[in-house]
Amino acid sequence: MAQHQVNYASSAGLPIALTSVDKLVNWGRSNSLWPLTYGLACCAIEMMASGASRYDFDRMGTIFRASPRQADVMILAGTLSKKHSEFARRLYDQMTEPKWVISMGSCANTGGMFNTYATVQGVDRIIPVDIYLPGCAPRPETLQYAMMMLQKKIRRESADMKKNTKQDLTTQTGKRARLI
Amino acid sequence: MRKYIPKDNVQKKAYYTDRYHVVPTVPQSKVDEGSYFAGVLNALGNTVTESSVQLGQLVIHIAPEDNFKVMKTLKETCGYTQCSEQSAVDYLAKDNEFELFWQLLNVGVAKRVRVHCRLANGAAIESIEPLFKSANFAEREMFDMFGIKVNNHPFLKRILMPDDWEGHPLLKTYPLHGDEFASWYEVDKIFGKEYRDIIGPENRDPAKIDIEDTKRFSRVGYEVPFGAEYNAEEETDIEYSETALVNYNKKTSKQLDERR
Repeated sequence: MAQHQVNYASSAGLPIALTSVDKLVNWGRSNSLWPLTYGLACCAIEMMASGASRYDFDRMGTIFRASPRQADVMILAGTLSKKHSEFARRLYDQMTEPKWVISMGSCANTGGMFNTYATVQGVDRIIPVDIYLPGCAPRPETLQYAMMMLQKKIRRESADMKKNTKQDLTTQTGKRARLI
Repeated sequence: MRKYIPKDNVQKKAYYTDRYHVVPTVPQSKVDEGSYFAGVLNALGNTVTESSVQLGQLVIHIAPEDNFKVMKTLKETCGYTQCSEQSAVDYLAKDNEFELFWQLLNVGVAKRVRVHCRLANGAAIESIEPLFKSANFAEREMFDMFGIKVNNHPFLKRILMPDDWEGHPLLKTYPLHGDEFASWYEVDKIFGKEYRDIIGPENRDPAKIDIEDTKRFSRVGYEVPFGAEYNAEEETDIEYSETALVNYNKKTSKQLDERR
């Protein structure tokens, strides 16, 4: 017979924590974001610096992976040329759900200074973007901050990815479209 | 009246040019008798139509049919073993011709020679790849950027632009922002032409503000929730944060009262 009452709802020194499935799943997802090793131009230098010892992405559980199959974040770091756009999209398609995209730097956001025939004018034309990171090139602190913002975003999301709406692309005619 | 833009040269011009500006020219001098370059000219014989010395370099003009012969003589007899640069200049608007040039270097005596030739639009040039391996990529680039065909090239295909690209970007008739094919290239290739309407045309203004797009922009005084419809009639009060460093909602007079 129990000598004292056990309050199951409070932790009371017992290894119990109450939470929702969403929070638990998102806690796991947001604390082990594995970005794809995918540098396109000079922003990639800053991305590499963020991963290296001084800024140290590893302490946030962010480890660069060299395969899209093992990655869940795509950091588009640099100028995306039209010739390469097809392959960027293919790499995005090869990543497993759930997946998020950070567009890093002016060139990836809008085409930047490369207002020419050979450059994609903003990667959101081909890939839905979660975080737009301004700068030319953004410093590693900025990329870290973007990563933290992405973590925040993920924690807000539903664990069921079907419920999360992806970015809407607004066309000039005012129609709204959805890229998968 | 609409501004006239010539069709054969759509390249952007300088906004302002000085009326009295004289384009500086490189001083030219004749090839001195008995100099090193005179020996080079001697070896080339009558294939050279025009020759001069500019900035210590020999500049020669040849007929486009002779290019392989001239290069062979320059390499094997005169010791010009390096082809450091090769490309073309578009003079189609002026003469319906390209100007092709090759820059050769003799490493032994540290002398350079530049070979020019005028090639009619649509004509092909003989490849000098058997003599200079560097010509392989240079000629591919020339083909890619100008559409100049090269005979007997081992692997003549585009080098910078995608294989299925239309147009040759370094021509004066090619606009900097690209033609219609170029502006829809990635959409057509990845999603297909039917997605053009959905994705929309390229926005080439990086500072563009879309007042209707409340997901990316928020007009001060007309704020609406993220993604809601923009309403130009309904003005909202500007709310200042109370949790920030200075509380602007608090009246200063009240603060003074508290101090007393």
